[in-house]
Amino acid sequence: MGRKASLAAWLLVLAILVAIPFSTGKFATYLTIRVMLLGIFAIGYNLLLGQTGLLSFGHGAFYAAGAYGLGLFSLHVSSHPLLGIAAGVAAAALLALFIGFFCVRSNEVYFAMLTLAFGMMVFALVWNASDVTGGDDGLIGVVRAPVALGPVRLSIARDPQLYFLVLPLFGLCVWTAKRIRQSPFGLVLAGIRENPIRTQFGGIAVHRYRLAVFVLSASFAGLAGALEVLLESGARPFMAHWTHSAEPILVGLLGGLGTLTGPLVGSLFFIAMREIVQRFTENWMLGFGVILLVVIMGFRGGVVGTLAHWLATLRARGEA
Amino acid sequence: MQSIVHVCLAGLSSGMFIWLVASGLTLIFGVLGVLNFAHGSFYMLGAYFSFALVRALWPHFYLAMVLGTLGVCVLGYVVERFFLRAVYKLDLPYQLLLTFAFVLIFDNLVKLIWGAGALSAPSGLGPLEGSVSIVGRRFPVYSLFVIAVGPLVALALWAALERTWIGRIVRAASSDREMASALGVPVPALFTGVFVFGTWLGAIGGALAVPYVGLMTTGMGESIIIDAFIVAVIGGLGSLKGAFLGALVIGVLSAFGTRFFPTFDMFLTFILMAAVLLWRPRGLFGAAR
Repeated sequence: MGRKASLAAWLLVLAILVAIPFSTGKFATYLTIRVMLLGIFAIGYNLLLGQTGLLSFGHGAFYAAGAYGLGLFSLHVSSHPLLGIAAGVAAAALLALFIGFFCVRSNEVYFAMLTLAFGMMVFALVWNASDVTGGDDGLIGVVRAPVALGPVRLSIARDPQLYFLVLPLFGLCVWTAKRIRQSPFGLVLAGIRENPIRTQFGGIAVHRYRLAVFVLSASFAGLAGALEVLLESGARPFMAHWTHSAEPILVGLLGGLGTLTGPLVGSLFFIAMREIVQRFTENWMLGFGVILLVVIMGFRGGVVGTLAHWLATLRARGEA
Repeated sequence: MQSIVHVCLAGLSSGMFIWLVASGLTLIFGVLGVLNFAHGSFYMLGAYFSFALVRALWPHFYLAMVLGTLGVCVLGYVVERFFLRAVYKLDLPYQLLLTFAFVLIFDNLVKLIWGAGALSAPSGLGPLEGSVSIVGRRFPVYSLFVIAVGPLVALALWAALERTWIGRIVRAASSDREMASALGVPVPALFTGVFVFGTWLGAIGGALAVPYVGLMTTGMGESIIIDAFIVAVIGGLGSLKGAFLGALVIGVLSAFGTRFFPTFDMFLTFILMAAVLLWRPRGLFGAAR
């Protein structure tokens, strides 16, 4: 795709996203917000897995840090949504700095195990410290206060209003991820993915870059978590659970790993599939597992990869 | 003094369950190079299968345990033969995710069949029922039995790997697949065998845990696999010696934690894990890679 065509495609997506709250019902607006939240989570995660080749099984912990960060800030300090979001993202980044310090020195299997263990430590903490976090009930009663910018007060009490708080943040995340992929920083990350030892020989402090991208992707997760608290008016401990940590992985696989659009397409498919499966049965986990199995056994390129492959085959046939 | 001895004994017996799970996990990782997330689910399935059979075969408790764990082995065979074998050549994330998919599937199936609530185990274990007096306080015989089983399994594993013909072949295949295959070792079949045996170790842990904990939940596999991971990190992934030592340390440490600092109970193990990582990033007996 040429540069112009690509720009046109992005603008078209943006136009559709802006039009959704005006042209569709409440439920579609709500679901689109969920798609965008999962999209933010998955784009950030893909910087780690797709770009750097690190498989984390603990990103639910950072999602929860963002969620509980905003929730606690909103209940005890100030209910201003933007300050709350900043507090949530900061909480997620700090937690990632601490956990990442122990994890980034390890490769592959160790990294996956360590992030899983630390993630479950956060889950246990949230679950047990019920005085602060509300335990298994979660943190409830977070209100959607208006966004006060100087004299202007923008209400986000209704979902379509919240939608226009989420959309620019979502856009910002996509743009940031796109810039990172093209930047020298992103190229170093890709180098680490392809061959960490050679990258190290190139005089690059691999651990520092890994820690940086770990904290960065955790901040994306924290943002998504904070926004979910605004959407659902509460935080749940299961945000930190490892089944939740696996969601951005599945989303990335569904859409196609290592691409920018993959996680976005994957989020759309994921939310749509969950809605459909939950119509028929409560056993979403089973569905989740079976879908994962099918993708791994048969469609490893995900939706984007499989489509690209089909297009390439069609084109080859046309030329022949 | 009295209570310290008893806390140690309780810690040793719970450490043995972690060891049984960690041993299968370590064996599979050491030979196949796959970190099996579903290993905790095999532990849970071992418990549920033998529980279901105990009801049907009452009062043949041990027969139910053997048949139940063999049932789990059949599942382990299916997972390795028809799914895992297809992804050995792929990147590591795919292998991990494949086993994770089975965690989701098995946990949900158990919920469908036995319900989401906790089930209480039947009592009455024949000769192992009751308790004996140790330094002036009663201690269950069954826990002593569990404490004995762990080292026996460790000894048997060591003897099988180091002293038998098949053990030598397994070690050869684990250090160089291609070369072993070129020398006529049927590597794929060997991998299946090791995977099924590792599954059985996890399942036997679960089956033995039924009378010990007294109740079963669908979350039991998940909590033990986290413990087993911590043990593997501390002991060094792929090292059976490290797994045994790590399981004992974690078992005793969390028993002391529960007894003396109930609020920080779970943090003790995480603090230990972080400390070991700072000191030796590859674990106590981990090979440098």
